[in-house]
Amino acid sequence: MLNTFVVYVENKPGVLTRVASLFRRRAFNIDSLTVGRTEKPEVSRMTITVDADQDQARRIEANLYKLVNVLLVENITAEPAIVRDLAMIKVAATHEARSHVLELAGVFRGRVVDVAPESLIIEITGDEDKIDGLLEVLQPYGVLEMVRTGIVAMRRGSKCSSVVAPGNSLTSADDDGVQYSV
Amino acid sequence: MMKTGAQILWECLEREGVTHVFGYPGGAILPAYDALKHSKIHHVLVRHEQGAAHMADGYARASGQVGVAVATSGPGATNLVTGIATAMLDSSPIVCITGQVGSKLIGSDAFQEVDITGITLPITKHNYLVTHAGELARTLREAFYVARSGRPGPVLVDITKDAQQSSCDFDWESAKPQLPGYRPDLSPEPKEYEEALKLIHNAKRPVILLGHGAIVSGAMREVHDLVERSGIPVALTLLGLGAFPASHPLNLGMMGMHGEAWVNHTIQEADLLIALGMRFDDRVTGTLKTYAPNAKKIHVEIDPAEINKNVKVDVALVGDLRDVLRELLPKIECVDRQEWLDSIDRLKGDAAVRDIQNLPDSGHLYAAHVINDLWRETRGSDTTVVTDVGQHQMWEAQYYKHEEPRSLITSGGLGTMGFALPAAIGAKVARPDSEVWVVVGDGGFQMTMAELATIVQENLKVNIAIINNGYLGMVRQWQEFFYESNYQATPLLNPDFQKVAEAYGIRGETVTQRSQVVPAVQAARRHQGPVLINFQVEQEDTVYPMVAAGAALHEMIRRPSPIVETSADE
Repeated sequence: MLNTFVVYVENKPGVLTRVASLFRRRAFNIDSLTVGRTEKPEVSRMTITVDADQDQARRIEANLYKLVNVLLVENITAEPAIVRDLAMIKVAATHEARSHVLELAGVFRGRVVDVAPESLIIEITGDEDKIDGLLEVLQPYGVLEMVRTGIVAMRRGSKCSSVVAPGNSLTSADDDGVQYSV
Repeated sequence: MMKTGAQILWECLEREGVTHVFGYPGGAILPAYDALKHSKIHHVLVRHEQGAAHMADGYARASGQVGVAVATSGPGATNLVTGIATAMLDSSPIVCITGQVGSKLIGSDAFQEVDITGITLPITKHNYLVTHAGELARTLREAFYVARSGRPGPVLVDITKDAQQSSCDFDWESAKPQLPGYRPDLSPEPKEYEEALKLIHNAKRPVILLGHGAIVSGAMREVHDLVERSGIPVALTLLGLGAFPASHPLNLGMMGMHGEAWVNHTIQEADLLIALGMRFDDRVTGTLKTYAPNAKKIHVEIDPAEINKNVKVDVALVGDLRDVLRELLPKIECVDRQEWLDSIDRLKGDAAVRDIQNLPDSGHLYAAHVINDLWRETRGSDTTVVTDVGQHQMWEAQYYKHEEPRSLITSGGLGTMGFALPAAIGAKVARPDSEVWVVVGDGGFQMTMAELATIVQENLKVNIAIINNGYLGMVRQWQEFFYESNYQATPLLNPDFQKVAEAYGIRGETVTQRSQVVPAVQAARRHQGPVLINFQVEQEDTVYPMVAAGAALHEMIRRPSPIVETSADE
């Protein structure tokens, strides 16, 4: 079963390696991993999808927490969430095929972002199934090149992660003089 | 106050309570060594950096304090790797300081440059690359805190040469650790305690599985109280030996691959396993398919990633063992389980024949003789036995009765040959008043025997017992059992170890008869300086019982013709 984790990490050199190395070391197969900035410059956010059963998913979460630079792990697999992948697809589109390709892109709410005499680039955002669907119908025309970002995910509703909640400091001292997150 | 990175390094170490470091100098760490003369810290010069890491590890295991190893960049750093992995697998708190080429040269394949933070990423609890003197104080405070807190482990701090040389304003107080993602202090929910108590009170055939966590957590008193109050018997892992006194009537002994038969049978017949600070390593479970099939399982463990890793458990109490037991203890009731204890006694009666030590003295010297005599001679005194890896390690675990925590130091998880001699040096430095004995095979000894020079240079009283059977004994045993006695690459042509010792200025002796064992041990104990005794034991002796890798825990290979003699020794 495909699990989706949202992982907040300290924005420091080498953290991506630590996370990726953990999955390799424990023999879990990453299906998709994306990483980017958050509203706090010191925090990065990863969306990781992994094929794992429930027990494995719990162990992945526990192992991620063992990394000192990992701030928060949320397994949002069972929660209502918006999951998006972005793809750019370069399709062979000669004179006679062009209108068909444009029509198909329109049906999938893709945008044409580049037009050349022999090809088009279609940009499409959606869940993975939708992008797979467009790819399938474009295949007969000739997909010349394709790039996908991997998925990003966010829970629906007003629930937010404490790590990046406004006004929440990453460094509130506790009695040991050691500073923790919330 | 302005200080160089090198000065900050030693001052931070002093403030962390470090009195000794184990190291080896070289180009990229020279600025640090240059500043060492103004420090109160004593530097132990090793003969190979692997020795430095094992010494730091031995120091940590003997004292519970963080051990420190220092090495230069490149080969100095890579030589630490085996020692770091050893510490990682056995949750031993060490901090390794390595020099690194100048920050401007990083990535250029400069002389003696290696990406040691990359190399040690999966074998450290955490590691750091420091490129500015200003980052050093906070980083070192974090390193020590991470190494010793939660489930302890090794932390490596790689410091560029320019970070050691440049100066910055140093203020220890304001260099507070900033570890927003690090949560070493977890504790169970009240509901989980209730579930555990229910299982404990309803169990008819419970057994406690006690591991290294008891020693790390300092929970010996609480474990003792739990056993006394509940009347539940205790089986120990290799690294748990000493966490509960061997002489206690409810101590069953060591479990697992070379555990006593009755201990493994008890586990297989139990209806409840209470696992305390252990991780269900494959060496203690045998095949998981048939492991304790009728038992519910409670797992008290500080590392949440260990829960349900190998064995699926019914209740997990994630937290520090001592804290968890203190919470549980007032609610533990004594349940009468005489029937269960009687049935264990029956199992024991059937299997408790200690065949080797009951053999009449026929002139042959067995390793078990040596271990047993060593135990009898040193029992009751503060003795730390440091073992290597292989047959002698298992015989030591079987025949030396450990009453006190930290009285056995051994590489359990990684099984690192060559560990014993340097780890014993670390242990002796940490606890100079303890009598330290190295028990080591002839194979493992030769992996790190250069550290004999360190013993002499530091004037340490360490006694070394080489269990010399002229083979890589445990590998030979596997070849005998599983590879049709095809002894490929296991016979050893050894040097004269007595002469080796003497060449280093260490008193050497060779023992070939059982009658010589006790006098040799007594003479070694009396001698002021270090002593090496070469015990030439039976060559093709075998550790029994044995659970073959992948076999069920109750399917043990037993000694072919058991000697039916009652034990006169216990």
